[in-house]
Amino acid sequence: MPWSEIPKLTTETIAVAMSGGVDSSTVAAMLRAEGHSVIGLTMQLWNQRRLAGRDGMPESVQGRCCSLDDVYDARRVAQHIGIPYYVVNHEETFERDVIRPFISEYLSGRTPIPCSLCNNHLKFEQLQLVARQIGAERVATGHYARVAFDANRQRWFLKRPADHCKDQTYFLFGLTQEQLSRTLFPLGDMTKPEVRECARRHGLALAEKPDSQEICFVPGGDYKRFIDAYLAEQGESLPDTAGELVTTNGEVIGEHAGVHNFTVGQRKGLGVATGSPLYVIQISGADKQVVVGNDEHLYSRTLRARRVNLISLAAIREPMRVSVKIRHRHEPAPAIIENTDEDEILVTFDQPQRAITPGQAAVFYDGDIVVGGGWIS
Amino acid sequence: MHRVYLDNNATTPVLPEVFEAMRPYFGEHFGNASSIHHHGQETRAAVESARESVAGLLGCTASEVIFTSGGTESDNLAIAGLVKAGDHVITSGIEHHAVLHAAKNLEQIGCEVTVLPADGRGLVDPDDVKRGLRPATKLITVMMANNETGVLQPVEEIGKLAAEAEVLFHTDAVQAAGKVPIDVKRMHCHALSISGHKLHGPQGTGALFLKKGTQLQPLFHGGRHERSRRAGTENVPGIVGLGKAAKLASESFNNGAIERLAAMRDRLQRVVLSCIEGTTVNGDGAPRVPNTANIRFDDIEGESLVIALDLKGLAVSTGAACSSGAIEPSHVLIAMGLRPEQARASIRFSLGKQTTEEDIDFAIQLLPETVARLRELSPAYKKQTIST
Repeated sequence: MPWSEIPKLTTETIAVAMSGGVDSSTVAAMLRAEGHSVIGLTMQLWNQRRLAGRDGMPESVQGRCCSLDDVYDARRVAQHIGIPYYVVNHEETFERDVIRPFISEYLSGRTPIPCSLCNNHLKFEQLQLVARQIGAERVATGHYARVAFDANRQRWFLKRPADHCKDQTYFLFGLTQEQLSRTLFPLGDMTKPEVRECARRHGLALAEKPDSQEICFVPGGDYKRFIDAYLAEQGESLPDTAGELVTTNGEVIGEHAGVHNFTVGQRKGLGVATGSPLYVIQISGADKQVVVGNDEHLYSRTLRARRVNLISLAAIREPMRVSVKIRHRHEPAPAIIENTDEDEILVTFDQPQRAITPGQAAVFYDGDIVVGGGWIS
Repeated sequence: MHRVYLDNNATTPVLPEVFEAMRPYFGEHFGNASSIHHHGQETRAAVESARESVAGLLGCTASEVIFTSGGTESDNLAIAGLVKAGDHVITSGIEHHAVLHAAKNLEQIGCEVTVLPADGRGLVDPDDVKRGLRPATKLITVMMANNETGVLQPVEEIGKLAAEAEVLFHTDAVQAAGKVPIDVKRMHCHALSISGHKLHGPQGTGALFLKKGTQLQPLFHGGRHERSRRAGTENVPGIVGLGKAAKLASESFNNGAIERLAAMRDRLQRVVLSCIEGTTVNGDGAPRVPNTANIRFDDIEGESLVIALDLKGLAVSTGAACSSGAIEPSHVLIAMGLRPEQARASIRFSLGKQTTEEDIDFAIQLLPETVARLRELSPAYKKQTIST
């Protein structure tokens, strides 16, 4: 049936956050095919041209997030399936709530996750607001996750998707009950190949478009170059975070050019040669020290998570057995979580975990259910 | 869905009479206007007749009209064509990007560019122009009517200043043409740009008035079309459409059409201001073209309002679309001293010849509820209501 002849079967208007990729495009097509009134929205978050060619940044800005190519693709999908489509400008919020914290985290010796910040502040905050303002009470996205209301607990649950390989719940732990109640994840029960098949079935020209991998605003994944270029553009100079390279015994074995060049578990680029392989164990932003040691020093049984957001329950009143994921590509590991402070959770793993990295998130799972999460401090 | 179009400063629909005038030149009259045979003579006649109609609208002679592809080309042709390396140019911060960026680009060939401010009403001060004059000043380019606010600039005074200083004067009259009478002699201008699609002619057409005897460096090199000032085979159907639109525009000053437009704009403005609190007309207190009302709705995000209205069938605009289609705050409103959030809260309503009283009723009916809905969800509005 031609798209124009699909009747509008529901009275609900749903906004779809369209990035120009296969996943969100397929979501838009699926919802439209189901007879919903669909509005396509793309967030303009970052102008790639701003830093192009500056301080070693690539001149070409093709093929990245917020690139004209992606907006073009999203718009063509919207035209194909016959839905209204708008690009909304949230560059200011993105810069304030994602870019600047991203940089200051690195300069403090932590390893940030901008995608979570973007989800919390932009996609599920600003975009939901715009959607409601224009008459769509709910926003659908192409994330691989599931959302459901649990009648027993009277809470909205966030759950891992059917396709665990594509699981994006790690980046979504910050969603509030209000935000979850206004969210649809139509791809939660599908695998990626099924999504591509669905895109093909709906005649979407971008069905074979490759997945995006890197942090959208950092071309080629070189975040150091990005920080240099951004600060230069702002007329700010890179703060001097150079300092000592010390062993776990406190022995100074060299110097480093700045804490933002390191991440916990890093092996390359330490600038010292020793008999056994050395890894970054800890980064101390306050005294600018980078602690290095052997692989065994990387393992730790505990971590503290702050700025906690709980999803499946309102509070953790007694120690709770969960699985905890400490980075995106990490198999959730069995652990006990307990409240130690108003906004701090102590995580004690059954087995020591490698390279627990401040700035990353610790996300707690009860099976497929996301209990909540916090930022590793 | 019932749709109402109040974004005529972006583009206007081609009037049926204009389309009818153009139609034969897509088919039976297809000749190249430079050809010596019958077919060429036919289209040449049409082009020259259109030139006379445009000259009639501007108050110049036909030979002073150069046909172009639109307002942007006319502006670029005038600015790049009248200035050479080392010259000084005066312009204003409220110009359309076709002027502002063209002028800025001159800095690359060693020109200096002075960008004058505007006051809170959106007016450029002729005294600022006077103060900006230097021995090296070659060109002043200040628009006749602003596209965002509709504010009419003191071009006659600026023209006089230019004449006294023996400096060239160009004005971008894209938003003025068809809305207020134009007389290039009274303005003492050497060059003036117009665009076809802003006065119910076809997109991709425009003209530059160039005062007789003014030396111009062409942008395009090629054949000797347009007296060697604009190479390239004439867009005959487009030129015919522009000519017809210019003729109709000239007539509209004598048949009451402009007064009707002004009355509808005034009614829209009056009702919005009285029914919706926290509203202000940007450019209030300055003379304005009769079709434009730029209204600020405090504490709303204009982008959301434009989308919400579009989804209900009303087409209006805010700010400027960047290449992705996202909206950036209007540089014009910022230049007038508005804060970025005020600029983002401003919506432009612009009427056209096809606009009816029913269209205004539709807008007036839709706006209060839509603005209320946005404010209900606006963090800025909530904060303000709590504090008061």
